[in-house]
Amino acid sequence: MADLTLRVNGSEKKVSVSPETPLLWVLRDTLELTGTKFGCGAGLCGACTVHVDGSPIRSCSTPVSQVAGKSVTTIEGLGANGLHVLQQAWIAEEVPQCGYCQTGQIMSAAALLAKTPNPTDEQITQAMNGNLCRCGTYERIRKAVHRAAGNGGAR
Amino acid sequence: MSPLSRREFVAAGVAAGAGLVIGFYLPHKSEGSAEGFSPNAYLRITPDNKITIVVARSEMGQGVRTALPMILAEELEADWKQIEIEQAGASTLYGDQTTGGSASIRTTWDPMRKAGASAREMLISAAALSWGVPRSSCTAENSHIKHASSNRSFSYGELANKAATLPIPTDVTLKQSKDYKIVGQRLARVDTPAKVKGEAIFGLDYRMPGMKYAVLSRCPTIGGKVSAFDDKETKKISGVNYVGKVGDSAVAVVADSVWGAMEGRRVLNVTWDDGANKDLNTAAVRASLKQSASKKPASLYSAGDAMKASGRKISAEYELPFMAHAPMEPGNCTAHYQGTKCELWAPTQVPQDCRDSVASAIGLDPDQVKVNVTLMGGGFGRRLEHDYAVEAAQVSKAMSAPVKVVWTREDDMRFSTYRPASLHQLSAMLDGSGVPVGLTHRIIAPSISGQKGQPTPNGVDPDLPDEAGPVYGVANYSIEYVLSETPVPLGWMRSVYALQAAFALESFIDELASSANKDPLQYRLHLLAKDQDLQYFTTTWHTARMRGVLQLAAEKSGWDKPLPSGHYRGIACFGCFASYMAEVVEITMEKDQPRVHRVVAAVDCGQVVNPAILEQQIQGGIVYALGNALRAKITIDKGRVVQGNFDDYAPLRMEECPVVEVYAVPSAEIPTGIGEPSVPPLAPALCNAIYAATKKRIRALPIQS
Repeated sequence: MADLTLRVNGSEKKVSVSPETPLLWVLRDTLELTGTKFGCGAGLCGACTVHVDGSPIRSCSTPVSQVAGKSVTTIEGLGANGLHVLQQAWIAEEVPQCGYCQTGQIMSAAALLAKTPNPTDEQITQAMNGNLCRCGTYERIRKAVHRAAGNGGAR
Repeated sequence: MSPLSRREFVAAGVAAGAGLVIGFYLPHKSEGSAEGFSPNAYLRITPDNKITIVVARSEMGQGVRTALPMILAEELEADWKQIEIEQAGASTLYGDQTTGGSASIRTTWDPMRKAGASAREMLISAAALSWGVPRSSCTAENSHIKHASSNRSFSYGELANKAATLPIPTDVTLKQSKDYKIVGQRLARVDTPAKVKGEAIFGLDYRMPGMKYAVLSRCPTIGGKVSAFDDKETKKISGVNYVGKVGDSAVAVVADSVWGAMEGRRVLNVTWDDGANKDLNTAAVRASLKQSASKKPASLYSAGDAMKASGRKISAEYELPFMAHAPMEPGNCTAHYQGTKCELWAPTQVPQDCRDSVASAIGLDPDQVKVNVTLMGGGFGRRLEHDYAVEAAQVSKAMSAPVKVVWTREDDMRFSTYRPASLHQLSAMLDGSGVPVGLTHRIIAPSISGQKGQPTPNGVDPDLPDEAGPVYGVANYSIEYVLSETPVPLGWMRSVYALQAAFALESFIDELASSANKDPLQYRLHLLAKDQDLQYFTTTWHTARMRGVLQLAAEKSGWDKPLPSGHYRGIACFGCFASYMAEVVEITMEKDQPRVHRVVAAVDCGQVVNPAILEQQIQGGIVYALGNALRAKITIDKGRVVQGNFDDYAPLRMEECPVVEVYAVPSAEIPTGIGEPSVPPLAPALCNAIYAATKKRIRALPIQS
C-alpha cells in the first residue's frame, strides 16, 4: 500500500492504495468517479480514457503511481462550468445509444480538439480509432466533433 | 397479429389523495399467448401536476425509456416536457418484462395507447363534472382539459383526484395517425444528457455502503468443474477477504476493490476437472453440423412442392461460426442477501428471470427477491441470460454482505452464450429464363432454447418463427430446419437466427441472379412482382412491402446510376421481427479486402414512433453487422473458447465505419421491430458487392477468416 496524492479535476485527493493499481479503479472505487468506464482492461477499447496533464491515456492500463503529482481530468471535470462544447455537440447529434463508451469517446475528442481545433476527417479518425463503440455511433461522433470544432471546441 | 383489445384494463389502483393511477395490461411475449394479458406499466398523475410514466422494459441503448412513454403521452394529450420516466424493476404486477425480440414497441403499442386514451377520457369526465358541462364540450390538449366556450381550463394535476374516483372506460377511441403530435416526432432521448456527463448509472456503477467486489475464476473448459483450489497466494493480496466455490465450476475471490479481486484471482491456483468436452474443437463442431444435415428436417414453411419442381438445378452450402455479443459493459450484478430477502441491482434484459433464478439458487421465494433494473452498456441479447445475477446472489449469501460481481472482458468473451454456428443447404430449380420454380433452404443449427431446456415444438426452435421466414413468392418453396446438438453454450444475439438465414438465402438469390445473367435488384423484384401474402407461423409477409423497401433502397442508393471506377454494389433484403428491410452496400476492394463506403438502408416497420431513434437503431445494427460479417468468429480449441479480448475478437472501429443512410417507408400500420431487422441483410449485401467486384462468392463468414 502507498499513500499517494492525486490532483483530480482540480482538487487534491489523498488515496491509500497499492501503487500498481490501475488509475481506473482508483477513480471508480476509491474516488467514486464512475463516469470513467471499464471496458477491456487492456487499453483496447478506450472506455477508460482520461486526461493526464492534458493528454489522453487509458486509465485501465496506467498504474496510479505513474500519475501521482500530475493533473488528472475525468469526464466529471470536463464540463466543470456547465456542459463542455463537446458534450453539447454529443447531445445535438444524438450520439449515445447505450452510452457506455461515450464518456471515453468525449475525453478522446476533447484531447484532440485541445491540440487540433479544426480537425480533418482523417485527424478525427486517427484520434478516435482507439475508442470502440458497439452501438455503432462512429459517424455521429465524427459529426459531433466537427460540430464542436465549429463552436470553438478547443475551449 | 391478434387484436390486443381483450382485457388490457383490469385495475385502477386508487389511493386517496394520491391522484390517478392506471394499471394496464399488455400481451405476453408473443401474440396469442395462453397466459393472456398482465400489467406492464403505470401512469401516475399526482395533484402536484407530475405525470410519471413507468417503463417496464430495460434500456440498453435502444431508446425504450423515450419511445414507450411517447406512445402513452400521445393518447394522453400530454405535454411531453412534463413527463417523468421511472424504470420498473421485476414485479408480479407486470407482464413478461423481457426486453428482446425487437418487441418492446410492437407489443406495448396497443396497451400503451389505450392506457393513455383511457386516462384522457377520465380526465375529460372529471373536468366536465366539475364544470357541469357536457363531456363533448371539453377537449384535452397539452396536459390540460379545456372548455373553449367558457375559456376555462384545468391542468391534469388539478383533475387527478377527481379522475381517480371515476370508472375506467372499457371502450376508448384511439387517435388517428394523422393527428399525432408526439408519435412520429424526432424527440430527444431522455437518457442522453446523463450519458454525456458521466452521470448515468450503469450496473457496474451502482454502489452501496459496505459493498464488496467479486471476480470469479470459472472452468475454462466447457462443462468442466472445479477439482480443488489453493488460495494461499490469493489471501496475501491486500483487501482480499473471501475465497470460495460458487456452484460446481467456479471459485469467487472477494475483495474491498475490483482490482484487489482481480489480483487475487490472478494468483489463485485452481485445478480443473475438464470433463467430457476437453477435446472439442471448431472442426468437430462443423463436422457435427454436416452430420446432422442428413437428418429428417422439420418444416418451417412450405408452398407448393419444392421436391417435385423440375428444371436446371443449382445448389450451394453456406456456413456461419459462433459469435459473441461483446457489449461494452462487461457482465456484472450487485446483490444484497439478508437472510429472508435478497435485493439485486442488475443490468438485465430479463428482470423476472433474474428474480426467479436467484430465488431458486439461494433458497428464497421469488417474492423475497427484489430486482432493480439499471442502465445497460449494451445488451445485444447477452443480458437475456441471468448468470451474473445468480453468481452475485450466491456470493452475497456466502459473505452475508452486499457484493458486486464483476466480469472482465476475457470473462465476457470466454463465458458468453454464443450465436449458434450453422450450416445452410440451398437448392433451386430454375426455368428456362433462370427464375426459380422451386427453392429449398435447409437450416442446420442447434437450438438456443432447446439447449436451455425449453420446448422445441415439433423439433423447431421457438425463435425461428420470428427470424427465418420466406422472402419471395416462389411457387414451390420449402424452408426446413434440422436441430443439431452442441455443448457450446448458446444465446440469443441481435437478430438471432435471422442473420444466418438471411446470409444464406440472400447470397444464394444473388448466385441465381448471376447464373441467369440478371441484375440482382431486377431479379429480386421479379420474384416479388406478384402481390402475395406469405403466411409464416403467425406473421403474414407481404411481397408488396418487401418490394417497397427494395425499391426505396435502390432509388436512394442510385442503383441505376453508374458508380465511380473501382466502386461496386451489392443488395439484399430480408424480413424479421415483422419488419421489412433492404440494404445496398457500396465498396471498393483494397488489398483483397472490402472497404465499405456507404450503406443505404430502407425499412418498413409500420408507424415510426421516433424517427431519430429509428435511425440510431438501423445505423447501429448495420455497424454491428458489418463487424460481425468481417471478423466475428468464436473458435473452440481443447474445449475452450480461444478469443479473449478486443484484439482477437475485433469489433469495427471508426476507420472502417461507412456512412449509413436510413429511409423509412411512410406507414400508419402497427409498428414492428427496429432493433434487429437491419442486421441480417448487411452480410449478404456486402458479400454480393464483393462478388460484383471480384466474381468470388463468399459462402462462409466471417469474410476476413
